[in-house]
Amino acid sequence: MAELLFWPALLAYSEAAVAYFGETRHPGMPGRLATWGVRIGWLVQTALLAVQAARAEGFPWSTWAGSLNLFVWLVVGAYLIWGCQPRYRLLGLGVLPLAVVLFVLARLGGGTGIGTRGHYSNLFLVLHVGLVLAAFAGFTLAAALSALYLWQERRLKRREATIFRLHAPALSRLDELSARTIAIALPALTLGIAVGIVRLSDRGGGFDALMAVTVLTWAVYGSYLLLRFTAGWRGRRAAYIGLVGFLLVAVVRLALPITHFAT
Amino acid sequence: MSVVLVGISHHRAPIELRERAALDIERAGELARTLAGDTGEAVCLSTCNRTELYLADGSPDEAERKAEAALLALESELGPALYRLHNEAAALHLCRVAAGLDSLVPGEGEILGQVREAHRAGATGPVLDRLFRQALHAGRKVRAQTAIGESPASVSSAAAALAEQVFGDLSGREILVVGAGKVSELAVRNLVTRGANIAFVANRTAERAAELAHEFGAEPLPLDRIEEELARADVVLSSTSSPDWVLTREQVARSLPARRGRPLFLIDVAVPRDLDPSIHELDGCYLYDIDDLEAVVAETLAGRRREAERAEAIVADEAEEFVAWHVSLDVVPAIASLRARAEEIRNAELQRAKLNDAERRAAESVTAAVLNKLLHLPTIRMKQAAAAADGVIYADAVRHLFGLEDER
Repeated sequence: MAELLFWPALLAYSEAAVAYFGETRHPGMPGRLATWGVRIGWLVQTALLAVQAARAEGFPWSTWAGSLNLFVWLVVGAYLIWGCQPRYRLLGLGVLPLAVVLFVLARLGGGTGIGTRGHYSNLFLVLHVGLVLAAFAGFTLAAALSALYLWQERRLKRREATIFRLHAPALSRLDELSARTIAIALPALTLGIAVGIVRLSDRGGGFDALMAVTVLTWAVYGSYLLLRFTAGWRGRRAAYIGLVGFLLVAVVRLALPITHFAT
Repeated sequence: MSVVLVGISHHRAPIELRERAALDIERAGELARTLAGDTGEAVCLSTCNRTELYLADGSPDEAERKAEAALLALESELGPALYRLHNEAAALHLCRVAAGLDSLVPGEGEILGQVREAHRAGATGPVLDRLFRQALHAGRKVRAQTAIGESPASVSSAAAALAEQVFGDLSGREILVVGAGKVSELAVRNLVTRGANIAFVANRTAERAAELAHEFGAEPLPLDRIEEELARADVVLSSTSSPDWVLTREQVARSLPARRGRPLFLIDVAVPRDLDPSIHELDGCYLYDIDDLEAVVAETLAGRRREAERAEAIVADEAEEFVAWHVSLDVVPAIASLRARAEEIRNAELQRAKLNDAERRAAESVTAAVLNKLLHLPTIRMKQAAAAADGVIYADAVRHLFGLEDER
């Protein structure tokens, strides 16, 4: 059953990714098709996750590939909050191709199958993995918003006469949404790290490089908010910090199988 | 009943003629009612670019003469500029007008509202009501399915639309107006329409600044105090005749720390320019001069023309739909007669039959069903034939075959 659900979800996400590309050439219908692709894909993936959870009688995403599956669902879910609005369709061009690639990787790693149970306790996983993944999904969306900000700012700085051909969200709105997303994601990461530290102190174990990068990620996003509210760092500078933070998120995600899931 | 259109537009009539033939909506409604009389239908569409009379009448030549006379009564020199269209051509024309395809700026949106007003004020019957509804539908469809009306078509609207690219919703955004040229005034109106607030008006002379500030409900400001208020402004709009920079890069740079990262959008519509072009290099500052705005407008107009090609296909479909309906009116009397005759025969035969109540009800139901099934296909075929211009031949054939000649 779960296997059967993977393919329609992938098909819908892929259709959306292609349609978002089409939207840049001929705005209108491709954008609407893309939005429906995202909605349908996300609903099918929700069903896939529900089947996985039901069969495993708990939280089955303790493997790297499994967590990637959940991560894709969180990213697309977060995107859906604004992505359905015509002005934010361009954001889909950044989010959906990434989602397709990660979803395929999750599949190749066995993360979309059934019966993959980790060695962690369920409660720990729900709190630690769930919170950290939710935060990372938020940071991914914030990075896409930042990238869109830099692209739109470049068009305005170059005084491109074609600026109205492709409708992008306003600079201030992108800047604000990126900051809001980070302001929501950072407390989730803080809690996720705190739960991890509690477990570390309970069970013992060393402070590895991955944990150091995660804490660094927290520091980068913390600085983002601090500088924004105290020194008025907005716009281009804030967008760059958001992208640097996302690079660290990518490092953590890629390094996960080497450290956390290797044991 | 034929549709007749007689009118003038910006294509053939200069503004001096058009303004003499222009009517407000009340007078347009009155004229339509006069032309329609007791039995006809008429709508008068009068905008700054056109005055057109649409009539639906059994006698198209007579209707055309009436419409011409009405327009010439408004202005006797209109004669050479008048155009006359009938039926299909008139329907296509109105659909194009409603979609903004016949406007000076392709895709302008105001015309749709003007067509709606004219329709409401007119003396419409089944034909013109259907025609105007179809045209309004065409206009809405074009705006929904193409990007023809999405981008700005003038320097002033381009300035406001670019400000929206920076700030999104302009509600509550503070505008600092420096000087007061004609283009600047239009840009101000565009910004205000989108919710922006004129906070300051600066001018070389204090009296003129006070006068303009009063007009916009803003605070007057001498030119040498602009820098002080830069921290509060979101948009600066400048159009003085000063030969020197009214605002330099250094002045703007000094105001940036107090702005705490808020973007600043600057519009310079003055020639020679008022604002130091290097302001654009500052972080968070976006400066557009008249050339930049004109380049945007030229591009968007080209885009509108590209979209207009797509819109033409939509409009043609809508006009065709009206025409199909309109020509089907020719066969409606024949269809009605045929059905009436069939019903008459059915009722007569039912009366003759000796049936109890239950049997009568069953027989009525069965015969009605048989009749409907039998007449369904001929009805559809006659309507199709009407759309293909063979309707009258088919209608005559039906009348002849079923002996309906007396019921014409």
